Amino acid sequence: MLSHLRNLGLQVLDVLSIFGRAGHIWWHALWRFPEWRNIDLVVYQIYKLGVLSVVITILSGFSIGAVLALQGYNQLVKFGSESALGLGVALVLLMEIGPVVAALLFAGRAGSAVTAEIGLMKTTEQLSSMEMIGVDPLQRIVAPRLWAGFIVMPILAIMFSVVGIWGASLIGVNWLGVHEGAFWASMQDGVDFESHILKGIVKSVVFGIVVIWIAVFQGYDTQPTSEGIAAATTKTVVFSSVAVLVLDFFLTLVMFNL
Amino acid sequence: MSSATDNIQIEIKDLTFNRGNRRIFDGVSLEIPQGKIVAIMGPSGTGKTTMLRLIGGQLRPDTGRVIVDGYSMPDLSRDELFKVRENMGMLFQSGALFTDLSVFDNVAFPLRVHTRLPEDIIRDLVLVKLEAVGLRGASQLFPNELSGGMNRRVALARTIALDPGIILYDEPFTGLDPIAMGVIVQLIKTLNSVYGTTSIIVSHDISETAGIADLIYVISDGKIIGAGTPEEIFEQQSPRVQQFVKGLPDGPVPFHYPAANYREELLAGVDLH
Repeated sequence: MLSHLRNLGLQVLDVLSIFGRAGHIWWHALWRFPEWRNIDLVVYQIYKLGVLSVVITILSGFSIGAVLALQGYNQLVKFGSESALGLGVALVLLMEIGPVVAALLFAGRAGSAVTAEIGLMKTTEQLSSMEMIGVDPLQRIVAPRLWAGFIVMPILAIMFSVVGIWGASLIGVNWLGVHEGAFWASMQDGVDFESHILKGIVKSVVFGIVVIWIAVFQGYDTQPTSEGIAAATTKTVVFSSVAVLVLDFFLTLVMFNL
Repeated sequence: MSSATDNIQIEIKDLTFNRGNRRIFDGVSLEIPQGKIVAIMGPSGTGKTTMLRLIGGQLRPDTGRVIVDGYSMPDLSRDELFKVRENMGMLFQSGALFTDLSVFDNVAFPLRVHTRLPEDIIRDLVLVKLEAVGLRGASQLFPNELSGGMNRRVALARTIALDPGIILYDEPFTGLDPIAMGVIVQLIKTLNSVYGTTSIIVSHDISETAGIADLIYVISDGKIIGAGTPEEIFEQQSPRVQQFVKGLPDGPVPFHYPAANYREELLAGVDLH
């Protein structure tokens, strides 16, 4: 009994110390930035995390939009309301699927890369040698990646939704024969910037912060071995995916239902 | 030993340090005078690298003091620590070059982050440092294109880029060919005599280290077992120091990591039940 209690206590302490270390990174990386002469580091990370994620985002966005159109049409046509297809697809993408799936893709494509890169830098003592040169790796390595993640995630999510809507229109209008005017008009009438689009953007901002934070933390906190890097990369993808999905529920609850 | 008039640049007092349940240092005190070459020697696994990390402020001692240039390293804030380290260089055993930067950019890195020199002056400085380690011709290569020894030489060029007052060398001679070793030994000596750099060398290569060190500390089992000039160390009667200096497997310093009785462990076999 006593040993169970002690184990429980130790585990709680472990979890707390993880949050402590993650907070430490947050604190030191964020508040000492940006230094304007290092802005090129952020720009480079925006390229690496963002621009290089564009292709996968566009491909996935298009596919999902197309699938939504196919499935939506099949259901709507039963009630003769296939003209609402545009509205349905747009709402689903902008409020839910765009931010969530783009964040999942971002975690898999960019988050894992960030973790592996920082983890390898730690394993090969590059972070250590940077410290001894008198440069804080939290500022030089971690901060630009954090900022790039914040900036890039909402843009990717919007890109995802826009391409998805385009894909849906190709399938719905050009192939299945939904009336083009009705497709776009229903969307124009039903989608509101503040209550739909903006809330979707808020979601993607939160997801971006969470995913990139988990990614840099797992990299920075990795065991300096090859197994450690493998475990850290896996954890980044698993933890951030779960975090995105769970957070999505609560954000939806707070923003749309209260 | 150092005379009382020497200016003590690094002072370690009653230092203890544990890693997990293992005690690495147990009440170590040592002094490193300014402008001298000081070697910290001892068998592998005695925590010599750990000592350098304690001096550099990357680790905090459990008890005791680490004072560098008058600053108590464990008590400094993160920002102050990075400031103090600008006057310090550390040569890692692995080199620890930044793999995404070329040789040239690696050496230029400390200059670019800590000075606002124009790029043409940085270029000249980098070429001078690379020439000193004989790798000016390799300036456009990347670290993964270099051999282990070349890696270390580039790392040395990067370490001395800012002409730091203190340089910490972690096993600088391991894995170098005799020519490169001679160059590095000469370089450490030159830095010391020309710039008055304080050099701390962690090593177990007796002959090379004794050839250039002004002062040697021998560490074993978490304690300092011998201190003095190379001549004094070689003459010291302590059996532990003699064993290390002469490289004898049997003696008071155990060659084996602590283990159960060899015969018993072999005879015990595997419990198949």
